Amino acid sequence: MHHLIPLLVAVPLLGAGLLVAGGRRLPRPAAETVACAVSGGTAALALVLLLNSSPPMVEWVGGWRPVDGFSVGIVVLGDGPGLGMAALASLLTLAALVYSWHYFDEPPRRHAGSFPALMLLFQAGMCGFAIAGDLFNAFVYFELMSVVAYALTGYRIDEPRAVQGALTFAVVNSLGAYALLMGIGLLYGRTGELAMTRIGRALDAHGAPDALVLAAFVLVLTGLLVKSAAVPFHFWLPDAHAVAPTPVCMLLSGVMVELGVYGVWRVYGTVFAGPGGVPAPDAQRALLVLGALTAAVGAVMCWYQRHIKRLLAYSTVAHTGLFLVGIGVLKPEADDGTALYVLGHAGVKAALFALAGILLDRYGSLDEHVLHGRARALKGVAAMFALAALGLAGLPPFGTALGKAVTEEAVGGPFTALYVAVSAVTAGAVLRVAARVFLGLGPKPRESAAYETTGSGERPETRQRLTRVPDTMTAVPAVLLAAAVAAGAAPGFAGVVADAVNTAGSGGVRVAVHWTRAGVLLGLLSALLATGLAALAVTRPALLSAPDRALPLRRLQSGHVGDYVAWLLVGAAVLGALALPGVLGG
Amino acid sequence: MNRRMRLCLVALGGAGLAALFTAAFLRLPAFGGDRHPYGDRAVRAALHRHTANTIASVNFDLRAFDTLGETSILFASVLGCVVLLRQARDEHRARPEPADVAPPVRRYALLVLPVAVLTGLYVVAHGQLSPGGGFQGGVVTATALHLLYLGADYHALERVRPLGAYEAGDALAVSAYVVTGLAAVLAGTAFLANTLLPYGTFNTLSSGGTVPLLNAAVGMEVACAVVVLLARFLDQAVEIEEDSGK
Amino acid sequence: MDVLPYLVAGWVFLAGCYGLATSRNLIHAVGCLSVCQAGTYVLLLAVGYRDGGTAPVFSDLKPGTRPVVDPVVQALALTDVVVGATVTALLLALVVQVAKRHGTVDPDELGELRG
Repeated sequence: MHHLIPLLVAVPLLGAGLLVAGGRRLPRPAAETVACAVSGGTAALALVLLLNSSPPMVEWVGGWRPVDGFSVGIVVLGDGPGLGMAALASLLTLAALVYSWHYFDEPPRRHAGSFPALMLLFQAGMCGFAIAGDLFNAFVYFELMSVVAYALTGYRIDEPRAVQGALTFAVVNSLGAYALLMGIGLLYGRTGELAMTRIGRALDAHGAPDALVLAAFVLVLTGLLVKSAAVPFHFWLPDAHAVAPTPVCMLLSGVMVELGVYGVWRVYGTVFAGPGGVPAPDAQRALLVLGALTAAVGAVMCWYQRHIKRLLAYSTVAHTGLFLVGIGVLKPEADDGTALYVLGHAGVKAALFALAGILLDRYGSLDEHVLHGRARALKGVAAMFALAALGLAGLPPFGTALGKAVTEEAVGGPFTALYVAVSAVTAGAVLRVAARVFLGLGPKPRESAAYETTGSGERPETRQRLTRVPDTMTAVPAVLLAAAVAAGAAPGFAGVVADAVNTAGSGGVRVAVHWTRAGVLLGLLSALLATGLAALAVTRPALLSAPDRALPLRRLQSGHVGDYVAWLLVGAAVLGALALPGVLGG
Repeated sequence: MNRRMRLCLVALGGAGLAALFTAAFLRLPAFGGDRHPYGDRAVRAALHRHTANTIASVNFDLRAFDTLGETSILFASVLGCVVLLRQARDEHRARPEPADVAPPVRRYALLVLPVAVLTGLYVVAHGQLSPGGGFQGGVVTATALHLLYLGADYHALERVRPLGAYEAGDALAVSAYVVTGLAAVLAGTAFLANTLLPYGTFNTLSSGGTVPLLNAAVGMEVACAVVVLLARFLDQAVEIEEDSGK
Repeated sequence: MDVLPYLVAGWVFLAGCYGLATSRNLIHAVGCLSVCQAGTYVLLLAVGYRDGGTAPVFSDLKPGTRPVVDPVVQALALTDVVVGATVTALLLALVVQVAKRHGTVDPDELGELRG
């Protein structure tokens, strides 16, 4: 069975290769069928492996099994979290491919297979990163998924915003990747190893942490935090997510960003958690401070957006902050909760992007103000949009609610309040959009010359504006929402997830995960707060939308790549400062 | 944010990182040290599998899975460039005029061209024996073809460069790499295991088991990929024009 | 002398970052990104060096007669070079399109995507 793990990468790669090779001859429907079959097959493989992942599997690619504990090859991991992320990435890729069935504007001439092939390559990169147990191998697949993501983000070359957003995305993420590689270089210099567990053990054997360990921690985390869009590395995300084609947004927000968080969890737990790594209080401080800041900034910025995709992108930033807090407290319960939260969030967020895509292709705009009251005809879409917004807030029985509740209980204190507030504000913003766009509630917002990106001037991604929404475009968000509910409501599912996470990390501590009364109440509270905020915003726009208060924050999002690079440097330095005390004291 | 403020941030972050780097570098083992556990194991493993060039062995045997990722990155970025540099809605193609080339340049380019192509192929073929290999040789071969553009003109280049074939070649080479890996799985061992072919005689062209196969696949992929990449950029420079009056 | 090569790597990386942050031309910025990456090559190769070592290629060298440098970092650096070259190509393709759609390659003049 374990020999099949690398096929999670190989199968989509082969599919992409054949699609490009035959792309000139294949008609478009054939190319899309092949792509769906390949990504679906990979998803099935990931699920089968996942069902067999207890006890966790390991595979030495090339058959280079360790001799006396040391191998010369590359190890890939077949444990619950790794295979789970691979399965999530594969299923979302399948959803995105089905969503874009017959939907995209002209493929490049004589290249019908290029878009599906790029999606398959993206899937391969994400799966490869998820199962990587070797630090350099993780870097390689990290780069693969990044490179494909840049190309997919800039796919609509006729749009000035799309190419600018893709370029910013590419520059900032590449710099992050090179920081990650510098960190790998430092770790290799100290330990002479590349497998994560080996590096961890060699660091422990070397003794107490010193400046080198700190620098490696900072550099590796910088790369991963850029990918997971933590403040102040987050600026690229709204720019890229707002302009990428909708199916790509579903993948970027639903799973790629979360893979950054997963990478932090994996690398900290395997490489830096031992006595020779970064002491727990320091890692905790770094992750909690950045996580809380990310959540707060994301929520505030989300509230002030009128470009719907950009609003959803900031909500992703806010939720990534919550995930970072979840893994940052370094408690097994919080890890379990975060895993569930990520799963539920993936379904809800991908569904929201899919629904926003319908608006774009039907009405040729993504501007909350322009679309005011125009989508009254789309009853089903409206219902799903509102439901997804409540799922984002954490309304039971969504998977987000269970994950959030479990994490809230584990983090405790002020962080619980942060969870409630952030999920309420972001969901409130989405509900506000729903009320205005689908119901036409409240006065039409006045135009202001504020410092912002409007959603007008966007072009539909289909050949012409849709008069009728294709079934695939409505079925996909419906299934995604159902899956997000199932993640919370299916009996026993949460227990399985928790077990898988605890077996892979958390030092073997096992905790039970289930709904509690407090958790349900907190979920209801978030949903209620979100509804209240949305109602207030719609009926009394002047009260909450005063743009001036957040203007300094909004000015930081300048769209200038130089600014973002400067913030990246500052972020790395701050990360170093936050993790410094333990090294000085040690 | 204005330039001044950005400079302040860069100074702040850069100073922090510089301090961090310096402190870390002082704790690295001294330059030229003798402790390279993974490297030593890799040398032993390469010799055991009759691969004279240890780096080729690391790339195509020990860490062949990295190289799979690497070739996929190349493949993905070529595909990305094909997509990004396609003809936009408001553009059209214009046939470039034939250009005059100074006779000495023409003679030199046409003289060097076969030598350069042959050198590239040699470097690919001897990847597991001497420094070089698929990546390096592929680039040499692909760029050598472009001497035609310098020595003759764009039309001449286009005649030896049917882009469709090169794009398919690129994709098939990646597929061949994956299929070689899958063959090992079908044989019941690990993905990309180098156990299917005999390791041959040390220091000959057929030594190293599947190393020469993977090396050749990569050589073909890189050569095709570079040709396609350069073609896309040349297209932008030479053929594609924006519609006027826009 | 023991740390000089490492310091060079750090210097090259930071110099690239400075250029990237203050760049007035996107093509120059892409070049600066390659400079950052060059820092990673230098670090990798410096980390793998061994005093008196030669290339780990045994076609004309009897194994065990001379120390060889670490082949793993050389392979990593090769991977890194390929990754860098392809990313640069993709970035330049994006710059070509930015130049066409915005009519400028000065990041200061790209006025979209704010707030």
